[in-house]
Amino acid sequence: MAFCLYGTTVRSRLLLGTARYPSPLDLSAAVRQSGTEIVTVSLRRETAGGRTGGGFIEMIRDLGVHVLPNTAGCHAVSEAVLTAKMARDLFRTNWIKLELIGHQDTLQPDVFQLVEAARILSDEGFEVFPYTTDDLVVGERLLQAGCKVLMPWCAPIGSAMGPQNIPALRSMRAEFPDIPLIVDAGMGRPSHATTVMELGYDAVLLNTAVSGAGDPASMARAFALAIEAGKLGYDAGLLEPRDMAVPSTPVIGKGVFA
Amino acid sequence: MSILIKGAGVAGLVLAYELRRRGLNVTLNDTAPSGGHGASYYAGGMLAPWCERESANETVFELGLSAADWWEQALPGLVHRKGTLVVAQNRDRVELERFAKRTNGYQWLDENGVAALEPALAGRFQRGLYFAGEAHLDPRKALRSLQEKLENCGVTMSFSQRLATPLRTFSSVVDCTGPSAIGTIKGLRGVRGEMLMLETRDIQLTRTVRVLHPRHPIYIVPRGEGRFMLGATMIESNDGSEASARSIMELLNIAFALHPAFGEARILETGAGVRPAFINNTPRIVKTRDGIAITGLYRHGFLAAPALAKEAADLLQRSRRKGAA
Repeated sequence: MAFCLYGTTVRSRLLLGTARYPSPLDLSAAVRQSGTEIVTVSLRRETAGGRTGGGFIEMIRDLGVHVLPNTAGCHAVSEAVLTAKMARDLFRTNWIKLELIGHQDTLQPDVFQLVEAARILSDEGFEVFPYTTDDLVVGERLLQAGCKVLMPWCAPIGSAMGPQNIPALRSMRAEFPDIPLIVDAGMGRPSHATTVMELGYDAVLLNTAVSGAGDPASMARAFALAIEAGKLGYDAGLLEPRDMAVPSTPVIGKGVFA
Repeated sequence: MSILIKGAGVAGLVLAYELRRRGLNVTLNDTAPSGGHGASYYAGGMLAPWCERESANETVFELGLSAADWWEQALPGLVHRKGTLVVAQNRDRVELERFAKRTNGYQWLDENGVAALEPALAGRFQRGLYFAGEAHLDPRKALRSLQEKLENCGVTMSFSQRLATPLRTFSSVVDCTGPSAIGTIKGLRGVRGEMLMLETRDIQLTRTVRVLHPRHPIYIVPRGEGRFMLGATMIESNDGSEASARSIMELLNIAFALHPAFGEARILETGAGVRPAFINNTPRIVKTRDGIAITGLYRHGFLAAPALAKEAADLLQRSRRKGAA
């Protein structure tokens, strides 16, 4: 079932990062085998600030998928705004994954600068995908700043811990029923993706879990299937857990009572 | 008739040596003032096929297996067969497990094992991986010596300019110009790398030490006389301008984490170069308009050049015999 991000309809609910694959060939195999339609590219690290990115950028364009440039590695509003503008020129897209790192060790977002940068970029016509925490108030401020998508973490970037605060993710879904919510960062294994999709999330953004796997292409496919399973399960209506057993066939009426 | 090799980096010099050893006439040309410039100049010089297998494919591993023997035979005494020590800071110790899963040819070390290999690191790492079969060499010394040998055995060499002699006067032309061929060889791209040279007498290491870190896997190669080469970043770019502050900061950070004595080391040099690479980061010999090219050596120049040179030499000898018949 397709969904919509800033007017663009996509079917795949997996967004894939492009950093640190063993080789670009592994990256393109991962994209192909997972059926992902959106890849995110770090402008600062992967392309040396947009200076002659050369072959890599061409290769990304040749993948034939939507490019979501990101501001990974930015620590200040001005830096992120500048990077976003360079990305717009380079990839001819208004999309920008806004990432403003606030803490060197946990790489958690600086939500104060994030809101400020989101406002500036939205005013300049960018379509902002903010990498944020699971804080509801920050989410609200980002929407007020012009964002129409939210991308909360589920654990620190690259930690592979999977969802750490399920009640927070759940309340975020309940608070913003009509906003596309994409879990960005912190996943390690396909079941993590299933878990957040079963909470009603719209999509998942991954990088390290795939690029760091022994076989990135197969892992990308595993995540794509896990995401589809979670989404299908959520849409089908999940049973709520209960304390007591419930037999699936009635006991009374059987020929022989145990 | 002579074979022309364009480019006197590691690929070109090694090929010239291999061809000369087989009794063929060789002419070597480079637009740089001497051999061993470009990416080769900034290389780590690790002959580490087992460690590289973590991210490289089987082809690179197989190409690299004979590298240490080739270099030892060509330049006796230059290869240090001391193995590689791989460590990780305590907070990144799962990275060691991950590295071990992707490789073989190692043994696990405990704290005492690490200290026995590198006394300077005693008490700093609880575990480590030791790849006993690996080696390293000093790339600048190696290429200088190789160039001298070639001069002494009748290889015609010209530097600082393009060769004036028309290409048709050569029996074959081999392009070993690495990143200079980006744009002319299909699928070749540049991957920027940055390095750092430190000097300190406060710490001794005898082998390559790799420090695993989820964001920046870094190696430190002892160059002797208190010098240490640190590398290397991998950035998708053809940009060969000076090393960035961020990259140097990251390299220094890892050195300091390995041992605080590096904090007082002197920075002798920072450098940046562009490695030539194909989409699978695996080198190959490709046909060109004028002959063949050995290229795409990526971060495996010293590791893969000998095996590729042998392959190319076989190819050139075969086509020569065919031409004669």
